[in-house]
Amino acid sequence: MKSLLLFAVAVFIISGTSMAQKYYTKNGKINFDATAPTSPEKIEGVNRTATCVIDSKSGNMQFAVLMKGFEFERALMEEHFNENYIESHKYPKAEFKGEIKQNDAVNYSKDGTYPVKIKGKLTLHGESKDIETEAKIIIQNGKISAMAEFSVKLDDFKVSIPGIVADKVSKVAKISVSCSLEPFKS
Amino acid sequence: MKKLIIITASCFAGLLTSNRSFAQDEDLLKLLGEEKTTKEWVKYAFKSSRVINSHSMEFLNPGTMDFRILHRFGQLNQGYKNFFGLDQASMRMGFDFGILQNLMLGFGRSTYKKELDAYLKFAPIRQSTGPGSMPVTVALVSGVTLNGMDWADPDRKNFFTSKLAYYFQVVIGRKFSEGFTLQVVPTLVHLNLAPFNTNDNDIYGIGVGGRFKLSKRIAFTWDYTHVVMGMPDSGYYQPLSLGFDIETGGHVFQLHFSNSTGMNERAFITETTGQWGKTEIRFGFNLSRVFQVRKSKKQ
Repeated sequence: MKSLLLFAVAVFIISGTSMAQKYYTKNGKINFDATAPTSPEKIEGVNRTATCVIDSKSGNMQFAVLMKGFEFERALMEEHFNENYIESHKYPKAEFKGEIKQNDAVNYSKDGTYPVKIKGKLTLHGESKDIETEAKIIIQNGKISAMAEFSVKLDDFKVSIPGIVADKVSKVAKISVSCSLEPFKS
Repeated sequence: MKKLIIITASCFAGLLTSNRSFAQDEDLLKLLGEEKTTKEWVKYAFKSSRVINSHSMEFLNPGTMDFRILHRFGQLNQGYKNFFGLDQASMRMGFDFGILQNLMLGFGRSTYKKELDAYLKFAPIRQSTGPGSMPVTVALVSGVTLNGMDWADPDRKNFFTSKLAYYFQVVIGRKFSEGFTLQVVPTLVHLNLAPFNTNDNDIYGIGVGGRFKLSKRIAFTWDYTHVVMGMPDSGYYQPLSLGFDIETGGHVFQLHFSNSTGMNERAFITETTGQWGKTEIRFGFNLSRVFQVRKSKKQ
């Protein structure tokens, strides 16, 4: 009788922990580099307030980032980024919704580095596009870090680069993401 | 006993069903709850820190310097002989510095009356959104001009201070939407030495300036000051300028037509001699180039 009660409690706890297999962060880092090869100056911005949730069970993942949160070395670049290119007043957020391929190969309870593929939909500047990229998941002491690098064609997202700045701003932006996520407790 | 078995079984069932629900397409970000809306400054009300002649509600970013070259040509009604005024030019060269998000200063020199000018501009209130937001920006401007001409009457006793004039402004502006900005600017210009003894030393005016964006990089702007009190009796008119802001990469070009030649507050508010009605207007342009002097917050 008592042992059964204990068992019931144990099941509750286990089911509880197994449900807490979501990981999140609110300060993920996203770098963006659209420096043209001929540009004398670096056109790059960084955002340290990206939100990310990964569900280790299903392999689903989601990102959201406020475009106004991108910081640039030169204030004028930040102004142009918001006003002329990304139009952050109209499209304040970029989002990614996707899944980790071969999620089964990642053992979230064992330390290690797991190369994976991520596939999903990126929404930016009001346009959505399917993206597939290589990524790395690193598990260490119950925390996970996720890293990925990929390129997007600005044209695909209807971000136009006028000819006058074409020697500085590349038509393809390199985006690198790096987050360290913590277990989510509701 | 039986009850416990049922509880245990329902726990398992619960576990199974809850696991199944994970496989579904859900919005994971909802887990983190609604984001708090934070206070945000309203930025980019104007492309530049000047509407055309007048100070705008916009500030330079901290750590930047704006190098401004301003030109005013001759009157359009001079016809082809003077190439519609383009044969003559008056200019002002200026350097403006952004110190804080709401503090900037600058100085310049104009060919008109060889005048030096300097100002300090500070906004105690800035337009913002979110909690504790303010509907308008209120900026205070205080400036001084120094006339560089020889004394009009060298025989009388002249004081250095007679070459100075001051101006004080309150810029109250609001960016109503992405495309439309309006500002009202009560102004006081104080001349230490008035041109004639019938003139007042204090001239009061109210400015109305605004911007209407036509595209991402082009905007229509207007800049008008109505002198309410202290305008010398005849020969001087209210300054009105209409123009376009054009942004190309790192430059902002402000192309406009204006009835004033002066490019500092003392000159364009108290000494505008042209009349729009008689096409005594001039073509002019401001060229603004912003340099990053000090690196931005990015590490």
